[in-house]
Amino acid sequence: MNSEQLALTGWGRTTPSVASLVDISADELTQTGVLERLDQSGRGIIARGMGRSYGDPAQNGGGSVVRISDGKIEVNSARGSVRVGAGISLDTLLREIIPLGWFVPVTPGTRFVTVGGAIAADIHGKNHHVDGSFGSHVQEMTLLLADGTQRSLSPTGEHTNLFWATVGGMGLTGIILDATFSLIPIETRHCVVTNERVPDFDTLIEKMIASDHLYQYSVAWIDLCATGSSLGRALLASANHASLDELRVMNPKQTTDPLAYSPPMLADIPSVVPNVFNKLTIKAFNELWYRKTPKLQHHTETLTGFFHPLDMVGWWNRLYGRNGFIQYQFVVPDNAVDTLRSIVEKVAAHGHASFVNVLKRFGPGSGGYLSFPTSGWTLTIDIPSGVDGLDTLLNELDEMILGVGGRHYLAKDAQLTPAVIRSGYPRLDEWKAIRRTVDPNGRWASDLARRLDLL
Amino acid sequence: MNNAINQPQTILVLGGNSDIARAIVAELSSPALKTVVLACRDAASADTSGFANDVEIATITFDATKHALHASMIEEVAAEHGDLDVVIQAFGQLGLDVADDPVAAANLVTVNYAGAVSSGLAVAAQLRKQGHGTLVVLSSVAGVRTRASNFVYGSTKAGQDAFATGLGHSLHGSGANVMTVRPGFVRSSMTKGMQEAPFTIDVSDVAKAVANGLKKGSSVVWAPAKLRGVFALLKFAPDFVWRKLDS
Repeated sequence: MNSEQLALTGWGRTTPSVASLVDISADELTQTGVLERLDQSGRGIIARGMGRSYGDPAQNGGGSVVRISDGKIEVNSARGSVRVGAGISLDTLLREIIPLGWFVPVTPGTRFVTVGGAIAADIHGKNHHVDGSFGSHVQEMTLLLADGTQRSLSPTGEHTNLFWATVGGMGLTGIILDATFSLIPIETRHCVVTNERVPDFDTLIEKMIASDHLYQYSVAWIDLCATGSSLGRALLASANHASLDELRVMNPKQTTDPLAYSPPMLADIPSVVPNVFNKLTIKAFNELWYRKTPKLQHHTETLTGFFHPLDMVGWWNRLYGRNGFIQYQFVVPDNAVDTLRSIVEKVAAHGHASFVNVLKRFGPGSGGYLSFPTSGWTLTIDIPSGVDGLDTLLNELDEMILGVGGRHYLAKDAQLTPAVIRSGYPRLDEWKAIRRTVDPNGRWASDLARRLDLL
Repeated sequence: MNNAINQPQTILVLGGNSDIARAIVAELSSPALKTVVLACRDAASADTSGFANDVEIATITFDATKHALHASMIEEVAAEHGDLDVVIQAFGQLGLDVADDPVAAANLVTVNYAGAVSSGLAVAAQLRKQGHGTLVVLSSVAGVRTRASNFVYGSTKAGQDAFATGLGHSLHGSGANVMTVRPGFVRSSMTKGMQEAPFTIDVSDVAKAVANGLKKGSSVVWAPAKLRGVFALLKFAPDFVWRKLDS
């Protein structure tokens, strides 16, 4: 066990708080009396993975923040599943399983998340419309409870309620120690990708509705600076895993060792850089990005290039300077296209959104009480935190989103209020009741939980 | 917990009827703000009007001279309302007539300085425990260089200011912060009827400077900002010049 007092933030680098950051093995963590020792301050304990949630869910000012420092990977090829320690990152896992011909059932835009974090936030990826979120693929997990005991949870077993309170439960039901989940077979480390420039919002919506089901992966990068007749112009990327036969035809040079996997790291952003994003640079970036893509492109891309392009730049969050940034992500129902358009108009008029703005269609939700994804449209917007008028803009968006029955993603949130979360998550009280049965004395706590009144 | 755009959820005002503090609260108000606690010499005397409708306004009795009660009062507020995101130390007296009255002068010291130290330490303990939060200390340029016309008051502010900046250093690395605010002459109920000095400002100007300082994470804020430069010079002005300026 190794611990130090440290100011922690999320990936957005806003609202630091100082906690005792503890690196500990699962074996040590589960020994008698360890949780009591970690909770000596009375401010509670929260697990932290790689710190990639944007706001404050993996912070716990004045208390303990625990990182599980080890874990095994056991692939079961016969069943197409894997059992891993919760502290294992998707990066580590992918390096192990891709050469064996397997891929994770769900990956977000970064491989630098842990399996524990993936379950706690019930993360989604570009395949949500067909495959659902991460929690849907978990067959079993072990949860360390507040009283120090361990419980094996499965989606339909005896403790089904606690399983679904833990999927998306932001670490507040206990510490996930390990999980077993299904994998998907792949033949190559490539995807067959179709990239298409889409000139405006209405065409984008039409195309996504018409073509989503044809691809396992689908996502639109949307230019939130464009206004007028170009409002909502986008690059629509759709993909499937490339079979060996497809790769032979489309990219024969890559067939010699089709499952070799060594994701490149191009550069690290230094720790002290000023915010490079202002209205002008953001607009220029969006223009370039849109123009650089051919009108229609059908080719192969590596798994890294398609799923995790930003991972090639270490610490890209530092580009926003010392004020950090907000990633604002919400979902509105399928029929709320008009509201979605109004939101895009509002953000474009504000002019401060930056370069990772993504529109995606979700399929049905997983069943997690606080799980974010639910059928509809999800839009993700990055905005530098220090810009003028941001609070007003976001408050207006909150109202529009809640007005049509939408909700916000807790793993991204850094500025919502308890009322907004309550309105977006109608099963919050049920979740709280389940949580209290396993944590009656408030051993688990986080800055997010305190800010949003989740406990 | 502050949100990502630096909007606090809970504010405690020590000296709950202070015009400047109330202007600061107004400036920091947002949909994120849940609770404002007004700590006044007599809880019943706290003016709870004039705040946004959906904000809970709580009151508590706080006597700056009852040092023994400060720590328990802060603990009580935190137990009741959760983490304190911003605490404004805004109590104090001008003590215009104390120069000829040693007892009154000592009492002024007890309120303005000893009270600031005692309550400041109690707040610091709570913020340290939370691992976040900012104590905003309303100091004054009167303490930067004391004047013949209000040197007792000035000396209490000098003490409070030195305490606050030192406390800030001692909290470094704890997640808790101290922001020392040095306003010049401010038009408020406390200075009503007094002759205005150069660079006089309104309470709303101080509030804006404080909000801006909190956003930037400043440790010292001057209001107006140009007083920083002015006092950098005045501090070293020869005594005869300084006395002339005060007359």
